[in-house]
Amino acid sequence: MNNNPISHDHKAILDLVSPSSSVLDLGCGTGDLLSLLVKEKNVKAQGIEIDDKAIFACVAKGLSVFHDDIDTGLPEYGDKSFDFVILNQSIQQVKRPDIVLREAMRVGRKVIVGIPNFTYITARIQIFFKGRVPITPSLPYEWHDTPNLHFLSLHDFSDYCEKRGIRIERVIYIGAEKRVKVFPNLLAQIGIFVISE
Amino acid sequence: MSSKKKDYSLTTNDDRLTTASRDRLTTTSFVEAQFYTFAEPPDEMELESGERLGPITLAYETYGQLNQEKSNAILILHALTGDAHAAGFHKGDKAPGWWDNMIGPRKAFDTDKYFIICSNVIGGCKGSTGPSSINPKTDKSYGLEFPLVTIKDMVNAQVRLIDYLGIDKVLSVAGGSMGGMQVLQWVISYPERVRSAVPIATTAVHSPQQIAFNEVGRQAIMADPNWNDGNYYGRRLPVKGLSVARMVGHITYMSDESMNEKFGRRFRSEKQPFKFDASFEVEGYLQYRGDNFIKRFDPNSYLYVTKAIDYFDLSMDSGLQNLLKGIKTRFLIIAFKSDWLYPAYQSQEIARSCKRAGVEAIYCELNSTYGHDAFLVEIDEQTHLVTHFLNRVFEGV
Repeated sequence: MNNNPISHDHKAILDLVSPSSSVLDLGCGTGDLLSLLVKEKNVKAQGIEIDDKAIFACVAKGLSVFHDDIDTGLPEYGDKSFDFVILNQSIQQVKRPDIVLREAMRVGRKVIVGIPNFTYITARIQIFFKGRVPITPSLPYEWHDTPNLHFLSLHDFSDYCEKRGIRIERVIYIGAEKRVKVFPNLLAQIGIFVISE
Repeated sequence: MSSKKKDYSLTTNDDRLTTASRDRLTTTSFVEAQFYTFAEPPDEMELESGERLGPITLAYETYGQLNQEKSNAILILHALTGDAHAAGFHKGDKAPGWWDNMIGPRKAFDTDKYFIICSNVIGGCKGSTGPSSINPKTDKSYGLEFPLVTIKDMVNAQVRLIDYLGIDKVLSVAGGSMGGMQVLQWVISYPERVRSAVPIATTAVHSPQQIAFNEVGRQAIMADPNWNDGNYYGRRLPVKGLSVARMVGHITYMSDESMNEKFGRRFRSEKQPFKFDASFEVEGYLQYRGDNFIKRFDPNSYLYVTKAIDYFDLSMDSGLQNLLKGIKTRFLIIAFKSDWLYPAYQSQEIARSCKRAGVEAIYCELNSTYGHDAFLVEIDEQTHLVTHFLNRVFEGV
């Protein structure tokens, strides 16, 4: 099915999800992460995705997927109806991240949020020295064709959680090659947050 | 997809005469309808209305082979003017069955793998008992003596056929439009007998707009003096009334975009006399479709079947989500963006009800410009979805 090596963020999320739990992936894309979770952790998986082609790929992988815009909320799901809700690399692409996060927190016991770090060192260098909008491995798009609507750093997200009274249970910082322990806001390309109410 | 951009006089949903189909004439063996009669008096079938109907004959066709475990049967359910002839060719016919591009070897409903059954609904006019059938009590056609039937009655009759074929549990029930309503009714009425369901371009509740279009069709038929309160068998037929009903229907099956593409504002001939005969292509198309409809459809059946559709409402009582609770059937729900007769929100609502009830469901809204007709012409995407979905369900058997 998918012969690509497992990406670092998927590996991190795989570690965070408990076996046989129920998982809702918001913006599940082509379903690589979900099918990995089904295979490795035997989770009960459900995805929501807006792109037609991505939906076809999910169905080919045998996933249960719902063609919808996560920006319109999750009215079909009851409170705490999933053990985990995943927003991997999708929160920066929705129109109203605040509402999407609130809905994710409502339907999930825990929410896993993967964020591309806008203040990764390479990005800072590109802005400061080159005077260009940054293009990094976790933010690979040109300004004119990016699906990203919001740009934030890992600190920005921590601040946001603090302000909203959201508990950060755990964070995994991922750099170019491996996980990052020091100065994550500078050295990590991606931050994976586990949050709960 | 070869049937998409052709001249309507050659290729339509009514007579699908494509090059591919013609090629197959030489390679495929012919199919033919079979008949099953049950509910002989005094054991008539009780209808939802409380009335009793019998004997009942169902015309049906099958394609592929039932396996030893009887675990590979798929029931295909047809739309308003469809019939049991879903695939393959009848001897002497130039056009194949109405969903031939979806049913056959290596197609979405793969006859190398699955045993496909399709039957004509009761109330219909293509071999199953309906208003044009002979009423054994009077030895004349039923006409308006025929009792009102519902989608649930259609399904209850189909169950008898499935019993007769010795099948305990079908792998899937699938169909578009009114076929999709039967799919939903099957799951609600016989959840333990259906492993999976594929409702396409359909709704759990017929909306006022949908009822309104059906009513225009019915009024057109009943306004035709030849209709004669339904007593026209063996006399002049209400051709014009049925034709207008069909014209209205066809408009609702297309979309603004597909009509623009198919007809534009093109005229039918070079000279453009300013008269009230059909000067635009679109007028010619509708009149051609309408006038030919009498050859294959009974006006009274049109009244009965549209009424059955209008009464369809699974939102009554406790709502669809409560009806679905505890059901193990898996759903693949497909809608089309340009379908304004059965808008995608109605399919989405079915999918949401599944979610709320904890029923496993895939929902996909396909990006087609073909309006409601899309379920008959958007083959590639539907084939992809259905093939993978059925594989999954079949693996789990």
